[in-house]
Amino acid sequence: MASLIHAGTGTGQGREDEQVLELAMRSEPFPLEKPPAPVGLTANQGDASAALPASAPVVERIYRHRLPVRISHWLNVPFLIILIMSGLQIFNAHPALYWGDRSDRDQPLLSIRPVKAENGEMRGITTILGYKFDTTGVLGYSDGSRRAFPAWATIPSAKVLAMGRQWHLFFAWLLVINGLFFTAYALISRHVTRDLAPTGKDLRDIGKAVKDHIVLKHPQGEEAKRYNVLQKLAYVGILFVVAPLIILTGLTMSPTIDTAFPWLLTIFGGRQAARTIHFIACFTFVGFIVIHVLQVILTGFFNNIRSMFTGWFVVKHEGASHEA
Amino acid sequence: MRHERAMERRQFLKGTLGAASLMALAGCDNLTQSSWFPSILNKTEKLTERVQRAVTPTNALAKEYGDADISKVFPANGNTDPGTEDYAEHVAKNFSEWTVEVGGLVQTPMSWSLAALKELPSRTQITRHDCVEGWSAIGKWTGVPLGDLMHQVQPLPNAKFAVFHCADVDDEGVSYYESMALADCYHPQTILAYELNGAPLDIPHGAPLRLRFERQLGYKHAKYVMMIELVETLSDIAGGKGGYWEDDQGYEWYAGI
Repeated sequence: MASLIHAGTGTGQGREDEQVLELAMRSEPFPLEKPPAPVGLTANQGDASAALPASAPVVERIYRHRLPVRISHWLNVPFLIILIMSGLQIFNAHPALYWGDRSDRDQPLLSIRPVKAENGEMRGITTILGYKFDTTGVLGYSDGSRRAFPAWATIPSAKVLAMGRQWHLFFAWLLVINGLFFTAYALISRHVTRDLAPTGKDLRDIGKAVKDHIVLKHPQGEEAKRYNVLQKLAYVGILFVVAPLIILTGLTMSPTIDTAFPWLLTIFGGRQAARTIHFIACFTFVGFIVIHVLQVILTGFFNNIRSMFTGWFVVKHEGASHEA
Repeated sequence: MRHERAMERRQFLKGTLGAASLMALAGCDNLTQSSWFPSILNKTEKLTERVQRAVTPTNALAKEYGDADISKVFPANGNTDPGTEDYAEHVAKNFSEWTVEVGGLVQTPMSWSLAALKELPSRTQITRHDCVEGWSAIGKWTGVPLGDLMHQVQPLPNAKFAVFHCADVDDEGVSYYESMALADCYHPQTILAYELNGAPLDIPHGAPLRLRFERQLGYKHAKYVMMIELVETLSDIAGGKGGYWEDDQGYEWYAGI
């Protein structure tokens, strides 16, 4: 397998971080998992680049996602969807956000309310920091029902706070267990330090990465073998900043946890502030998921999806044909 | 060409997302209405209770606030007037004949008039009330520590829960009740409150007597308390789940989160 992975950097001119990646591939902890037989022009020589003319098409397969990461990733898909939608159900029970410890109903940061217009018609009005928006049909009033988030966005679809809470708290436990499992694995296997943590060079070149992303130019060939700096920052941010934040602010809403760990109230600025941060963190997740899925589609949908199911990711080098 | 591909992608994405979300929603609603799935979801209640009790020192106090933090308006939720003839009579007599009885699995069942309760040492606390709906309000409560009453009646060794029977009755004639673990009765902030913000409790907030159970959500704080019964199990009372909201709506008995 090591020979397979060598293919791209066989000339020995690989930069240091590439060699680190090679190492990561070599220490693959699942020796039983045999790579599929080479297909088409897949490089299978230790010195592929030396054996072939420089411009020859080379399709290289690399083992990108290890099994625990794949399992953890796919478990997160239903967990997060259910948590977001049941969370919106809970939000609907009191569709307003505040700062501090109290909810002074005359001073919400955000509220989503059904309001009767002068002509007697029901409108959904979303108020953010005092600015009012008519969001009828989606927020505040939808399908003839007075509710902040519409039926299609909540679990259960009907207004049932008690069941929303049961779904939410059950899947919150599963998310936390999955998160702890992933974090332990990622630290022990050095997935974090090898693949996720941005290097100094990554950060110095961030300007170029931003420009490339804006014009939807994605890393190719050698560069596609590793996560680019924005990808790394997005993953690290969501895994080690937003996820802990959403869990801790969730716990801060628990009156019992507040007595056990009163500092939670202090760091988040009160229970209602924690609720607001929880909500913002939720929509950070929503934003992450949308961009993540778009990027998966734009950078080679089938290759990406396959790599998350089987682990194997195809990198095309200079002159490679368009489909593997 | 490019445009077409983009359109196809968009269609594909829309289709996938639409189908997935519809399936997920319908599936979740079916599961919610099934007989077996909610009981699985419910398993986490016990887990949450165990973990929360393990990490929370027995007598850890809920945060107490200052006078400046008190909410200008303390919303009254749930039942805001029992509306029965009996209760109306008590209101007319300014609750002078209201008594609270503590019985069940105790050595010495006792009862106190409202005046007698007010003679006992009181505790005043400015605490945050967290509603299951998500809002919070801060109020100053004065009342008798429930632990003091427990010391007088002396619970029997097999008493596990305190059940609070209340004066309010719903449209179908079902009486409101709530319950807590006996151990929680002895928490210093667990009080039978008769004052809110320095004034006698008003009817919407549970006059003349309501429970403050500071470390759990608002629906556990029974209003209009008439009788406290110590029991070994909750399964013989009403719907068997330990409270009106638990029986009727599927709220958790353990409301620490």
